[in-house]
Amino acid sequence: MTPAGSNVGLTRATFSVFSKELRAEFRSFELLTSTIVFVLIVVFVFSFAFSPTHEDTRRFGAGFIWIALLFAGSLMLQPSFSRERPNDTLGAMVLAPIDPFAIIAGKMLANFFFLVLVEAVLLPAFSVLYDVSLLPVIGPLAGVMFLGTFGIAVVGTVFAAISAQARMRELLLPLLLLPALVPVLIASAGATAGLLADPPDLPRTWIFVLIGFDVVFLTAAWLFGGYLLEE
Amino acid sequence: MAATGPHSAPEGGAVVSFRNAEKRYGPHIALRRLSLDIARGEFVALLGPNGSGKTTLLRMAATLVRPTSGAVAFPAYSRDDAASIKRRIGMIGHFTMLYDELTAAENLAFFAQLYGLDEPRRRAAASLEPVGLATRANDLVRTFSRGMRQRLALARALLASPSLLLLDEPATGLDREGVAWLAAALAQLRADGATIIMSSHEQGEVLSLATRAIALRSGAVLDDSNSPGDLRTIIEREAASSVNMWSASR
Amino acid sequence: MSADAKSSAGGLAAATLAVYALVCVAIYGALIWAPTEKTMGFLQRIFYFHVSSEMVGLFAFSLAFIGNIVFLTRRKLQWDWLAVASVEVGLIFSTMGTVAGSIWAKPAWGVWWVWDERLTSAFVMCVLYTSYLLLRRLVDNPERRAVISAVFGAFAFLDVPLVYFSIWWWRTQHPGPMILTGKLAPAMMPMFQLSILALTALMVLMIQQRYKLEKLRHNFEELRNESEYIQQRGAS
Repeated sequence: MTPAGSNVGLTRATFSVFSKELRAEFRSFELLTSTIVFVLIVVFVFSFAFSPTHEDTRRFGAGFIWIALLFAGSLMLQPSFSRERPNDTLGAMVLAPIDPFAIIAGKMLANFFFLVLVEAVLLPAFSVLYDVSLLPVIGPLAGVMFLGTFGIAVVGTVFAAISAQARMRELLLPLLLLPALVPVLIASAGATAGLLADPPDLPRTWIFVLIGFDVVFLTAAWLFGGYLLEE
Repeated sequence: MAATGPHSAPEGGAVVSFRNAEKRYGPHIALRRLSLDIARGEFVALLGPNGSGKTTLLRMAATLVRPTSGAVAFPAYSRDDAASIKRRIGMIGHFTMLYDELTAAENLAFFAQLYGLDEPRRRAAASLEPVGLATRANDLVRTFSRGMRQRLALARALLASPSLLLLDEPATGLDREGVAWLAAALAQLRADGATIIMSSHEQGEVLSLATRAIALRSGAVLDDSNSPGDLRTIIEREAASSVNMWSASR
Repeated sequence: MSADAKSSAGGLAAATLAVYALVCVAIYGALIWAPTEKTMGFLQRIFYFHVSSEMVGLFAFSLAFIGNIVFLTRRKLQWDWLAVASVEVGLIFSTMGTVAGSIWAKPAWGVWWVWDERLTSAFVMCVLYTSYLLLRRLVDNPERRAVISAVFGAFAFLDVPLVYFSIWWWRTQHPGPMILTGKLAPAMMPMFQLSILALTALMVLMIQQRYKLEKLRHNFEELRNESEYIQQRGAS
């Protein structure tokens, strides 16, 4: 007898995992609200530490946005896998007849989506509090944010899977992630700084670096990520 | 042993075959060069004290655990690809494998999607009926009692009509009514020709369905029999020794 | 000692002496035989070890990457032993190279650190591989430890060129007061190649010994488990 159902392709399985992640988070909003509050706190703390003038903000604001995002990300990404441990729901997904990469890809997309939501709060807050208008460059800026955030989500999700299996995982993830994301930090901050400058200028090299980073690590995640889900 | 029924098919070979399968967790050896064949339609009672390797054996049969050396094969399904083999397996593990923050219906619908079932939401709703949880379909699993979670876990395990069912102490936390219900569900599955491997500490109605008993000690097979007389003896002995271990540890 | 152990101990002694001699010759060569550089004088000689250390560190990390990839595909623990041995040795050479670069920078330009692409990406590499070793300490199960650190190691290695390039491009946008690259006069080539040869020989020796240590640890654990099992069996 053939069992019920048919084999699910990678895209469908990824989408199923992605919707499950969203549904689970939107039930309680715990992760999103804590991350957004954290990011806002970072914004305030920065202003107390540096008291930037308008000129300063134009020069340093880009780096500061991305540092805030990196910190927020490295805290927010851990539950992605550690939440699945208490009830062994990760085992339930690995048991299912899907490509193991679908589990990782679904979580990557969900984390990307959550980070974008955090940015949707961070950018207006930054713009208002530091009196920098982002609207004139909002198009290219969104592009840069997406590319950089995607890089954070890809590497961050894989490293979250790694640290979930180690001790001291809450400290380990930022430790592993921040140095690895140096290219993303430099390229995204560089591109964002270019856009915030007067007149705005987007150096194409940074875009290529971001695209290159995203492609290389998405491929590496596809090749090696499945091994992280074994026992 | 059931030879007909929806789970039988004209293929030969064991349903699960362990070939010198070994599993080490660091210095601890969970399974030692285990060689075992489970035939179609058998109901195997897996016995032994805690730490004897029962959970590892079950998870290995579920393809969740990779052997450190040796192999686990599914000769009866040799024509299937890896994903199709997984689709034949249903499991109730030590943990519930359910999302506390989702409802019962959402949990089942998600897994129905992963198993490629048509109309996942409808299938999910339909699966709640036999386990008596239809009235709690839209309640969060977090609010469920232990017994209800076990029933939902069984519904999840049975979603894709598995031919191989792996149960890790499924009666834990169930009251007498729950155990009776579980026994009835398993009897039906047996009648339909499914192969069942179940680890259990207790005697009683569920174990009485077993056609074969395998007792493990420190990751190796101590006893393995499918004759009714020996079966009883092994089961009774294992139940007694687990009681002894409890009283010895007091 | 058994005949085997004696001969391998003898072999090790010979190899160590040979490498030691080679390193001494390289040091002598760099300090005495190599021509003096015009602008920086005697100080420039650190270059032979700064650059060759960093290069040897990179060789070692490449070896580790190979170990990681092959382990993930073949699952033979020997490749994991090669990976951890190579990372530890690579870290030593990389750190030495970075410190040497720093020592060079101070008298040459008055600062201990310059944020140029080579020094900075070497630093990021050191951080990543230190994290690799830290990660290994935080996972108890040897099989999981090998798989997880192999994936992380692969990611770390793939990151290095991206780190280097992004810092390099950033540097060209924001040029600093100094650049650490040394153009090598042809007269200096032979000594430079000698340093690389000597340090590579040292690297190979160290990796080989560290690999053996890992193998011994593994064998010891296996024997201990077997004896425990036999004792248990005997008792029951």
